[in-house]
Amino acid sequence: MSIAQNLLEIVQEHVAQLPWDHARVKTIRMRIGQLAGVVPESLRFCFEVASEATAAQGAELAVEEIPIRCRCQHCALEFQVEAFTFICPACQSVEVQLVSGDELDVVELEIVE
Amino acid sequence: MPIVTIERKVLEKNDEIARRNRELFAQHGLLVLNIVSSPGSGKTSILERTLEHLNGELKIGIIEGDVQTDLDAQRIARLNVPVVQIVTHGGCHLEAKLVQEALAQIDLQGLDLLVIENVGNLVCPANYDLGEAMKVVVVSTTEGDDKPLKYPGMFRNASALIINKTDLLPYLNCDIVTLRRNALQINPSLTVFETSCTTREGIPRWCEWLATKVRKKS
Repeated sequence: MSIAQNLLEIVQEHVAQLPWDHARVKTIRMRIGQLAGVVPESLRFCFEVASEATAAQGAELAVEEIPIRCRCQHCALEFQVEAFTFICPACQSVEVQLVSGDELDVVELEIVE
Repeated sequence: MPIVTIERKVLEKNDEIARRNRELFAQHGLLVLNIVSSPGSGKTSILERTLEHLNGELKIGIIEGDVQTDLDAQRIARLNVPVVQIVTHGGCHLEAKLVQEALAQIDLQGLDLLVIENVGNLVCPANYDLGEAMKVVVVSTTEGDDKPLKYPGMFRNASALIINKTDLLPYLNCDIVTLRRNALQINPSLTVFETSCTTREGIPRWCEWLATKVRKKS
């Protein structure tokens, strides 16, 4: 719920800067990594409740889910992490650095004037 | 249809306050832990045993996070250490701002270690940086050996894992080797401890590790 409220605050901040008086938000594009622990469906439900009677009421949350990717510190291979196994599939090193997958970002808004 | 580009982190406000908390902790040369687990894993019991073991050696302050009641803070206060209770009133995690407010009620000067006990929950606390130097995740043997696989975000971001209630292992269908393997597969750099707050087994090793971390800091 707190994530939905933070999201709403950011959206409202941007809507307030628009030159139109009755701008409404049609779509909110987001990036959510698989490691972020945020279930898009739950966030949608919370956002629906949080955004009631705001310019973002009824907005669709278009979520791009980002897979977990790591880079091996030893052999430099970049690979997708399957089943949360953070081990390099080529050289078996455990020293791997997260490249993507922990995102919880709001990317853009589609506005109806 | 107009498009507004935003490109912002949803929790940027929390991250900013966490950054300021971290700066404050650094100014005081203070090591700060964020202890997380499911409800009932034994966070408060581990804290009690830790305080009994390290009191006198280190000056420790505690911030207790709970959804309701100050029962945990009362338990800690009996051990004569400074403790501040945060009641979230339904909130399922602590946020950096709540910790920032709690810090006003605690004298950081003279403390070596500040332990923040988060609300019992392995999901949401993973997203909220409080400004801590490290997260310690507690799992009890009664929760099963597959727990790390169910909450990978939390285990990936933790520095240490405490497997608690090891005295109950003979009665449970929990394989501690599997539990360790599952946790280390997600985060190979985890330092793992096995403890029982009833028999106190493993508490000295955990406390020595913690004291070493504090000494390195100061």
